[in-house]
Amino acid sequence: MSRAEAKRTLVPNETLANALGANDLARELQARGHEVVRTGGYGLAWLEPMLVIDGEAFGPVQNLDALDAVALGPLAELPEIARQQRIVFDRCGLIDPMEYDPSWLLEQLEREPREIIGEIKASGLRGRGGAGFPAHIKWQTVHDTPAPQKYIVVNADEGDSGTFADRLIMEGDPFRLIEGMVISGHATGADKGIVYLRSEYPLAAEIFANAIDKAGTLGLLERFDIELFIGAGAYICGEETSLLESLEGKRGEIRAKPPVPAVAGLFGQPTLVHNVITLCSVPGILDMGGKAYAEIGVGASTGSSTFQLAGNIKRGGLYELPFGVTMRELIEDWGGGTRTGRPFGAVQVGGPLGAYLFERDLDTPLSYEDMAALGAGIGHGGLVVFDDTVDLVQQAHYAFAFCAHESCGKCTPCRIGSVRGKEAVAALASGEYTEDRLEVIDELCDLMEQTSLCQMGGMTPIPVRSALGEALPRKGEWKQG
Amino acid sequence: MPNSEAIRELVAACVGQVGAPVTALRKIVESHGHIEDEHVRIVADVFNLSLADVRGIVSFYADFRTSPRGRRHIRICQAEACQSVGSRALTKEVTEALGLEPGETSEDLAVSLESVYCLGLCASGPCAMVNERVIVHATGKELLT
Repeated sequence: MSRAEAKRTLVPNETLANALGANDLARELQARGHEVVRTGGYGLAWLEPMLVIDGEAFGPVQNLDALDAVALGPLAELPEIARQQRIVFDRCGLIDPMEYDPSWLLEQLEREPREIIGEIKASGLRGRGGAGFPAHIKWQTVHDTPAPQKYIVVNADEGDSGTFADRLIMEGDPFRLIEGMVISGHATGADKGIVYLRSEYPLAAEIFANAIDKAGTLGLLERFDIELFIGAGAYICGEETSLLESLEGKRGEIRAKPPVPAVAGLFGQPTLVHNVITLCSVPGILDMGGKAYAEIGVGASTGSSTFQLAGNIKRGGLYELPFGVTMRELIEDWGGGTRTGRPFGAVQVGGPLGAYLFERDLDTPLSYEDMAALGAGIGHGGLVVFDDTVDLVQQAHYAFAFCAHESCGKCTPCRIGSVRGKEAVAALASGEYTEDRLEVIDELCDLMEQTSLCQMGGMTPIPVRSALGEALPRKGEWKQG
Repeated sequence: MPNSEAIRELVAACVGQVGAPVTALRKIVESHGHIEDEHVRIVADVFNLSLADVRGIVSFYADFRTSPRGRRHIRICQAEACQSVGSRALTKEVTEALGLEPGETSEDLAVSLESVYCLGLCASGPCAMVNERVIVHATGKELLT
């Protein structure tokens, strides 16, 4: 940290830190004559609210007169940050989100679209929202599809429990997302970008809206327009075609694919739909070069992932690390084990449609391929930890119940299968179990997997089967009640 | 409380935006608290949609409530990260103390209870909101008093 910055006192303006008193601390510091800069959060949840005064970090701060008790040393040496490989989040927490020097971005816009797409291809970047689809194929498709209008649509409908990376970056470094959007627009020939943000994130909405205004005054939006759309509380709108329907002002009922959105998306036009973190990875790739980025990570899982450690965990938060870190390293080394101090029980990886995994699985590296081999996925990078009191039959019931609650209703396997599944698991839990019931659940899972139109119904069997499979080890011998 | 003309203005201001009918309904909830039949008619009229279309949109999205919320509106996260740190017990405590189930509002409109699925504060659960205030590491006492 430079001398000029060191005189400043950094106080996060971030939803979690604010819930823990950061706004009050900022007011009090101002009253005491500090030059307060409201930054984003670092993502280290257990240290919030965290202050940086003269380059020295303190957290969690409850009382400004007792800072010594929570001194963390120089921010630059804080191992929880220094040991990460922050590519997406390199600025987050260190800057005032509204201070932005546009020169780097303007330089990128001088590059040929073909050259930019080439870098994305070389980087091996894959979608960070869950599907892991190679980004460059989408870019190339949108680029190659002739149309009067093309769109960049950002999926910021971050509904998976255990995830908050989109929120953190939009609150702490909104220009990172604007960079990704403007560059992808330039590369694909789209001149309109829309961010679909969930309504549960009002501070992110406020900060991002301000950043759009600021980008306008900096002359960044002369050839590319950005609009912010706020959702209305529907998990399914995180599915890309449901999101597009919602953006057209309708019920968020999913569309059958093909056509894929890259060919016919918003209002039937070629649309590049990406998760926030995918687009926020783009500036780092162009900065270091696609080849260098591809050397980070393992195999076909290149670059960094913004892992989010959540649930029953001592040191939860966001850790940006190369793909290939094991679940055990994350949960034990970074996370410090369960918050309750009880033995580890299970971890659900990748949101409500992700698998429940257990002690024997923890040495698996977090890469698309290694997780797929376990029958699991990475999703949006969230890990929700449970201690040994977890009731896995109850979690399987919740997986069906959540699907029933959030199903868009378009296809029968999801709309009705989830309700029947919920009833069957409830009967199992209440002891009205018969062996038939297990077969019903198993067949229902097959049916939902094979015939649902989208991943809501198609992936709900993953948490159901992984939870029940552990709770009731051998199919014919699942215990009663 | 805004009258029909004010609502019509609010809705008309959304024309031309992406996803305008959804945005218009959201703005009605923000300014009026909930959506009434009269508002559905206004949205249908302004966007030249059928009443069934607009009712379909209203019923699809969780934010589009059609009855007033309580003066103290309590939302408790029911998603997995909060479950792992006791949101089920917290919800039970609150429902028993209030005599309300999630989705219900007390007759005198003093309090309403609602489920929410993830506030994005998943390392600091259980999470909840009372009106617009976000509460992490929530306890029954904090939500009820």
